[in-house]
Amino acid sequence: MKNGIILTVLFLLVFNGKGSAQKYFTKSAHVAFYSDTPIEKIEAHNTTSNCVFDLATGRIEFSTLIKGFQFEKALMQEHFNENYMESNAFPKATFKGQIENYRKIDPTKNGKHVVLVSGDMNMHGVSKKVSAQAVIEVKDGTIQSSSTFQIAVADYKVAIPSLVKDQIAKSIKVTVDAVLKPLSK
Amino acid sequence: MKHALLCILFSPVLFGSLHAQEEDLLSLLGEDETTEMVDASFKTNRVINFHSLENTAGGVLDFKIGHRFGTLNGGAYELFGLDNASIRLGLDYGISDAVTVGLGRSSFQKTYDGFVKYKFLRQSTGKKEMPISAALLLTSAIQTLRWPDPDRENFFSSRLYYTTQLIIGRKFSESFTLQISPTMVHRNLVRTNAEKNDVYGTGIAGRFKLSKRIALNAEYMYLLPNQVADDIKPSLSIGFDIETGGHVFQLHFTNSTSMIEKGFITETTNAWADGGIHFGFNVSRVFTVVRKKPLNADL
Repeated sequence: MKNGIILTVLFLLVFNGKGSAQKYFTKSAHVAFYSDTPIEKIEAHNTTSNCVFDLATGRIEFSTLIKGFQFEKALMQEHFNENYMESNAFPKATFKGQIENYRKIDPTKNGKHVVLVSGDMNMHGVSKKVSAQAVIEVKDGTIQSSSTFQIAVADYKVAIPSLVKDQIAKSIKVTVDAVLKPLSK
Repeated sequence: MKHALLCILFSPVLFGSLHAQEEDLLSLLGEDETTEMVDASFKTNRVINFHSLENTAGGVLDFKIGHRFGTLNGGAYELFGLDNASIRLGLDYGISDAVTVGLGRSSFQKTYDGFVKYKFLRQSTGKKEMPISAALLLTSAIQTLRWPDPDRENFFSSRLYYTTQLIIGRKFSESFTLQISPTMVHRNLVRTNAEKNDVYGTGIAGRFKLSKRIALNAEYMYLLPNQVADDIKPSLSIGFDIETGGHVFQLHFTNSTSMIEKGFITETTNAWADGGIHFGFNVSRVFTVVRKKPLNADL
């Protein structure tokens, strides 16, 4: 009987321990977006996004500070924060979702996997269901994930005045690159 | 047996706690403390005539067209001032985000002016908190009118004016900004003995945003008594900023004819009460000369 108890406790400890080790994170994910129109090409980069991925459940979450996006032109950056994204009222964009076929990711074996991610994107006070294809690469104990997808400006209630409507694309290309390391806790 | 039961009872607790963590994975990383700069306290680097808390961003060239019509009390004969106009053309350039330099030429008194503005404090919140922004402004002006009396001995230095100004302010909310600017204007030559060469005063200016792209601005210059001639009035201006992409249009009413420090501070002779009000506008158009390095896509 005693052995049974010890086994159970051990099992729980091991399971718990394994549970934490299966989470991966980064605080320097690179999120970029591109607005491409014949009149103007706009791009901005943010290299301080947070991401946590739980290998045990396939859940993945991102958080990006809107003010952390860097533009080539200072005035664009000011307008982006002040007029379009209203970053004082809505400082962060988050994505909380699920990698659907996460079970095929083996953290002990190097390899590339194409997966489908879907979940809730929240920014500018609007939450929307989104899904996109992503590439997950296991490389020497790290998990590298990258994805490219489109989002519609109108979906997130970002008002574009008619004066500049030809300069800003209706659909914005977003790229995400993250190198995740095991979260030890 | 009891122990085994306990184990079974406990296990959901353990699993439960594990499950609770999954609810918000991001909270595992803890809250990051970042310092956020408080920007855009004004739409452009001028309130109306005054320099605002804002600088021209590094690598950006700001072309300024300032225009003041005649005074409203000119009546219908002068089409309420529209028959007359005084203009200032200027170029401001941001050497860095902290240092702006500028040159300008005003038709009023045929005056050239230049300035250096150093923003040495930036309002910020978060990890590093700074309640105010502050800048030091140094300007000089050269008046190039023909000598009124060419027969007397005239010195080039008599044409020179200098202004030293400290600008201290705070963006109190998204829509409201207030700044004060203690100022000293030095004039090498004054008209009478009663006037002082050094004139001290304090400006106060504010902006209230009416919408995302339109703001209401006002500025007032208080001068200490007994420094300037009796007919000199304090400068008071009220106007709107209208921002459209790369342009900022400023439309305003002011009792000052001059658009540079030495002029509107020490040479404003019109009074609001008598209808000595100019309608005017500033147009600011920015050009990005040096683009910020795009971040490496492989980061």
